[in-house]
Amino acid sequence: IMCASAKYNTRGPALIPRMKTKHRIYYITLFSIVLLGLIATGMFQFWPHSIESSSDWTVEKRSIHDVPVVKLPADSPIPERGDLSCRMHTCFDVYRCGFNPKNKIKVYIYSLKKYVDEYGTSVSNTISREYNELLTAISDSDFYTDDVNRACLFVPSIDVLNQNSLRIKETAQALAQLSRWDRGTNHLLFNMLPGGPPDYNTALDVPRDRALLAGGGFSTWTYRQGYDVSIPVYSPLSAEVDLPERGPGPRRYFILSSQMALHPEYRSELEALQAENEESVLILDKCSNLSEGVPAARKRCHKNQLFDYPQVLQESTFCVVLRGARLGQAVLSDVLQAGCVPVIIADSYILPFSEVLDWKRASVVIPEEKMPEMYSILQSVPQRQIEEMQRQARWFWEAYFRSMKAIALATLQIINDRIYPYAAISYEEWNDPPAVKWSSVSNPLFLPLIPPQSQGFTAIVLTYDRVESLFRVITEVSKVPSLSKLLVVWNNQNKNPPEESLWPKIRVPLKVVRTAENKLSNRFFPYDEIETEAVLAIDDDIIMLTSDELQFGYEVWREFPDRLVGYPGRLHLWDHEMNKWKYESEWTNEVSMVLTGAAFYHKYFNYLYTYKMPGDIKNWVDAHMNCEDIAMNFLVANVTGKSVIKVTPRKKFKCPECTAIDGLSLDQTHMVERSECINKFASVFGTMPLKVVEHRADPVLYKDDFPEKLKSFPNIGSL
Amino acid sequence: MQTRKKYIFLTFLASWLLLFFLGGDQLLRFAFFSGRRKAEAQRNWPRWTDRSLLKTFADPRELQSDGDPSLPSPRERRTARLNVYKNSRCRMETCFDFSRCQKHGFKVFTYPRDRDQPLSESYSKILTSIERSRYYTPDPEEACLFILSIDTLDRDHLSGQYVRNMDEKIRSFPLWNGGRNHLIFNLYSGTWPNYTEDLGFDIGQAILAKASFYTQSFRPGFDISIPLFSKDHPQRGGEKGWLHRDSIPPRKKYLLVFKGKRYLTGIGSGTRNALHHIHNGKDIISLTTCKHGKDWEKHKDTRCDKDNADYEKFDYQELLHNSTFCIVPRGRRLGSFRFLEALQAACIPVLLSDGWELPFAEVIDWGKAAVVGNERLLLQVPSIVRCIHPERVLAFQQQTQFLWDAYFSSVDKIVHTTLEIVKDRLLPHRSHSRFFWNTLPGGLLALPDFSTHLGDFPFYYLQHGSSPSEKFTAFIRVVSPAGSPSQPILRLIQAVSGSQYCAQILVLWSCGEPPPPSGRWPQTTVPLTIIQGRGKLGDRFFPYAAIQTDAVLSLDEHSSLSTSEVDFAFMVWRSFPERIVGFLTQSHFWDPEQRRWGYTSKWTNELSIVLTAAAFYHRYYHSLFTEYLPAGLRELVDSLAACEDILMNVLVAAVTKLPPIKVTQHKQHKEAVPQQGKGTSGVGSSWHFSQQQDCLTQLADWFGYMPLVSSQLRLDPVLFKDQVSVLRKKYPRLER
Repeated sequence: IMCASAKYNTRGPALIPRMKTKHRIYYITLFSIVLLGLIATGMFQFWPHSIESSSDWTVEKRSIHDVPVVKLPADSPIPERGDLSCRMHTCFDVYRCGFNPKNKIKVYIYSLKKYVDEYGTSVSNTISREYNELLTAISDSDFYTDDVNRACLFVPSIDVLNQNSLRIKETAQALAQLSRWDRGTNHLLFNMLPGGPPDYNTALDVPRDRALLAGGGFSTWTYRQGYDVSIPVYSPLSAEVDLPERGPGPRRYFILSSQMALHPEYRSELEALQAENEESVLILDKCSNLSEGVPAARKRCHKNQLFDYPQVLQESTFCVVLRGARLGQAVLSDVLQAGCVPVIIADSYILPFSEVLDWKRASVVIPEEKMPEMYSILQSVPQRQIEEMQRQARWFWEAYFRSMKAIALATLQIINDRIYPYAAISYEEWNDPPAVKWSSVSNPLFLPLIPPQSQGFTAIVLTYDRVESLFRVITEVSKVPSLSKLLVVWNNQNKNPPEESLWPKIRVPLKVVRTAENKLSNRFFPYDEIETEAVLAIDDDIIMLTSDELQFGYEVWREFPDRLVGYPGRLHLWDHEMNKWKYESEWTNEVSMVLTGAAFYHKYFNYLYTYKMPGDIKNWVDAHMNCEDIAMNFLVANVTGKSVIKVTPRKKFKCPECTAIDGLSLDQTHMVERSECINKFASVFGTMPLKVVEHRADPVLYKDDFPEKLKSFPNIGSL
Repeated sequence: MQTRKKYIFLTFLASWLLLFFLGGDQLLRFAFFSGRRKAEAQRNWPRWTDRSLLKTFADPRELQSDGDPSLPSPRERRTARLNVYKNSRCRMETCFDFSRCQKHGFKVFTYPRDRDQPLSESYSKILTSIERSRYYTPDPEEACLFILSIDTLDRDHLSGQYVRNMDEKIRSFPLWNGGRNHLIFNLYSGTWPNYTEDLGFDIGQAILAKASFYTQSFRPGFDISIPLFSKDHPQRGGEKGWLHRDSIPPRKKYLLVFKGKRYLTGIGSGTRNALHHIHNGKDIISLTTCKHGKDWEKHKDTRCDKDNADYEKFDYQELLHNSTFCIVPRGRRLGSFRFLEALQAACIPVLLSDGWELPFAEVIDWGKAAVVGNERLLLQVPSIVRCIHPERVLAFQQQTQFLWDAYFSSVDKIVHTTLEIVKDRLLPHRSHSRFFWNTLPGGLLALPDFSTHLGDFPFYYLQHGSSPSEKFTAFIRVVSPAGSPSQPILRLIQAVSGSQYCAQILVLWSCGEPPPPSGRWPQTTVPLTIIQGRGKLGDRFFPYAAIQTDAVLSLDEHSSLSTSEVDFAFMVWRSFPERIVGFLTQSHFWDPEQRRWGYTSKWTNELSIVLTAAAFYHRYYHSLFTEYLPAGLRELVDSLAACEDILMNVLVAAVTKLPPIKVTQHKQHKEAVPQQGKGTSGVGSSWHFSQQQDCLTQLADWFGYMPLVSSQLRLDPVLFKDQVSVLRKKYPRLER
């Protein structure tokens, strides 16, 4: 099977056979010989010929005037008009796209031609700057193929971005004679300015049969949902003007309108709005008395005041985007660039990329009839949301509007997502700005489930050679009612585990897993033998936990299955003198970690620890033989955004005579090492994910004045 | 063995070298490059030498002044489009009268039921759901949306429930108005052999909420696709999903299953006839039967007998329970019961139903819960599902359960979701973004009327990357009449205002007499405001505009708390902002003898209710309580003593599916607080008790299940009662 994903190894380290060294050398030698042969063959094959074939292989350096001319006979066929009922499953040929491990469509671009009619008059401008940029972007992307036979999608090089600059019938004829046209199947046309006087259709008028249309200015009546792609009208100002991102917050004007040539009816409604709200509303128009040489596109006027466009857009919280003769307006791009929240007033307009972008998070849509209520509607938007919309607007511009490349790639990605829906980009990836992606947390165990008690938990004891103590732990743990299986991870390669007859007899299955290497990460491997969700990791010297304490810990885990629930708690602190993190095991009022010497957690985190641990942490821990528990705390906190739960009072864990301070050892070097771990992990994670809390979990009636025998967990904190 | 391998490789190498020396390069070139040669010589899009001279696609004037004075005015255009875009081209702006919804908001009216006109079970459930909704109005004058009382669910004219002469009947309704602002529900349209989308009557400008919607007849932004549900689908509550554990890897016996009819001919047979190809008898089970319909044997082919025999060997329910993925192919119609069954079973649906407008696809992101396959690519399905990562499988499974529980598990939910989608269209700026719909707790429980900002809700802090506000509002309800504030209240105000996290104190004066003048209230460091209540019990959960912080500390006049307790409880609440965090608790239990839910305020090892006489919760729950719950339920609360507490707990549990949290309380006043001291005082506690019992029973009935969840733990300060110096402890006062 061709899977992009490597199948995870579901067998334990103990079960991986090690290749014998002799064989390995043999295979490596053989492999290198084959490789060498291959390289040599390649060299000899291509090197001598490279000079003659260079024109095929390097990027061409040609002038647009040199492109071949194609004459279109007057009677050459014209495609059918666009078919409004087309959908992906009816008009699109998926067999051309195939199943491939990368889940990427292949896009072919026809080479550039100049089309002329019978009289030699050209059909349109050969190609516009923007369309050339768009095709270049596609050609440079992963989607591109130069092999017409492998292509899934075809992009004609006939430029139809602006309908006004082309001859409709002849353009259609040019389309029809493309080599793979086939009624336009799997062909994609890009158009930004559709329609023309007098009725300004909302989709390109060029007959195009089954071709997909990426159009700017669709209405709900012309947009074939799930087939066409709605794209923005590109604003060339995006490339010309550099508007630095402006922080969110209050701006000078509340509402601003910057469009010229608005219909007088709209303008009078806007002016009425201004009359009511005076200073906070600014309605601009074109300037009547501009001096020579000043580009009209870059200036706006209000009465006699002159404003720079698009800079003025940054002065306002909301910017009006009204429909003109067409629904799609280039001003939308300018407004987003300025981080101004667009107020879209264009009934039935399909917003750009609306199939994937959540415009409710970046704009306010107001029906044309509600224009007079605009002010009150906008005032009802909460301030914090306005700030988010401003950020969101700017992000949409940066990601999907700023260049023809961005527009082209977003369009192809949308089509790609339809063909490989199971590999589609998620809502969050499309919509969340990088800052949100970075700060937000999406918990992989998001469904609030309280796992059934009957499932029980699997105890995993990592051991090296302390057999006596191990047996005591096994005996103690086996008394816990909800224990369903016990797994001993035998981490000692030099010594065999005791014979079966010597092990304590317990009521649940006991399994011994032998490991290949003495690594701490073996404790966190998602062994197939773990059949429960809950895992109790316990050291082979924790003998002081009572059965009630362990059972209660399991009950607490059931209420918080996505957290680490453990007994000894620890804290990280910021050391102001040293300017770094410090590990703390004293009697503190706060906890941020629990030691995995005795902790319950979900098996999912074993999976994460083994396969998804960021950076080199896993190997680092194995090499240093320390801090696997801190790494686990970081991992869980980072992925869930939640704190640990410490259960039951602080106590002695190892022996009655020990001090209540627990853990591996107490000496100063140990503390220094642990602090180093925290600093190391914080730098790898790029943040400090640990959460500090002031609470721990006790049974409801803990230390209450209540008969002990009626309590569910009387034996807490007693040893 | 080894020597043999060695020889094989040597021979291989030798032949390679031979090939190379004997002009094999020609051969290679032919094999590898012939395709490219024949295609065009170009490799990439050329970098034109004169590209900087290219003209822009539209000059700035054309882009910025996109107006045409000769065009009709916007108003004329809007009027003109009303005549053009009707019936099959309806959109909200052309076929829906928004003005009807302006004055009274979104209100839904159901036509009075006609005794002579029998209703199917499902349709009467739909009507009941609407009448149970908070949007229901019995007054057609107030209504924004109308629902017919004629059963339109089954429009297959071969069916027994088919209602004849629909056109005539509809025309006789004075409110019909060409179908404007009407919502029509339908589950089955068309009939054998073509199963078209035809309903057999003219729906005019009515919105159609239909199952098995075909994209081409779907009017986007206007119609609503609903799921096909059976007549046994519960009215309210609904069964829980079947996912009880988040296993990784999925740990199911089968990877992909299907068990159903094979159509040998007719519509839908293309896919159904091919399903047996992917059966491998191991982890992919695809079973079909030819035995259906009257004359199946007539069309019978060679496979049939063996397939029919295999079919009997497996149980459908068992397959559903034990598979990771379930194929949901089209039947004769596009949708099937199978879809909801798979969703409930957490068996990830693999949809093979081209052109199906998925249920509520306007708001639900199905890509997160289902694999949308392609009928034409059936044979790729096994490889596709095998390639999905285990953690993605787990995410899919969880999402199916969330969607099932939020929108599909009962007729109430399906109907309320439909209404909510229509409502969202009325005020786009006050509607749910897709995020709300696709994230727990879902669009029905996150009200955009409260806010459209994620950070204002208790559920989204983590996804949003924000945290709850660092202050709280103390909200004290006073019911006993007095000329001046009583001693306990004064003490309480002192204690609360002593907390460094307290932003303000609000006193809800809920007794007949006017509140004491401001001079009688103690001087506090934080602002103290008196609100005059209306004397109803539900008042305490009214969303008062004065509450500005995320956290509310709800208190009774009898509550007695110390500053330490308040501080600690607030710190705990900040870790659990979606739950109720409080001191006094009670619990519910199932009483097997009386076969009903029991209620106890005795000390137990469990808790499921935290009394709001002293509890922190998010202010959003005030809005949810007042706006989400229908008026009938709130009246019930007002009529029963001490029921509002339970209702609040039930509501929060229904939203979060989690228990409340109990925190340490000071030993001394545990007994001092009158446990039943709410509502009208001086009445026997047994009366209260039976009222609360009654309340719990009625709430469980209204919700259709028991939302309360029990917890066995209490949160204490980290060093609580530990044997360490008191000086080290942050909350020593809690231990005295």
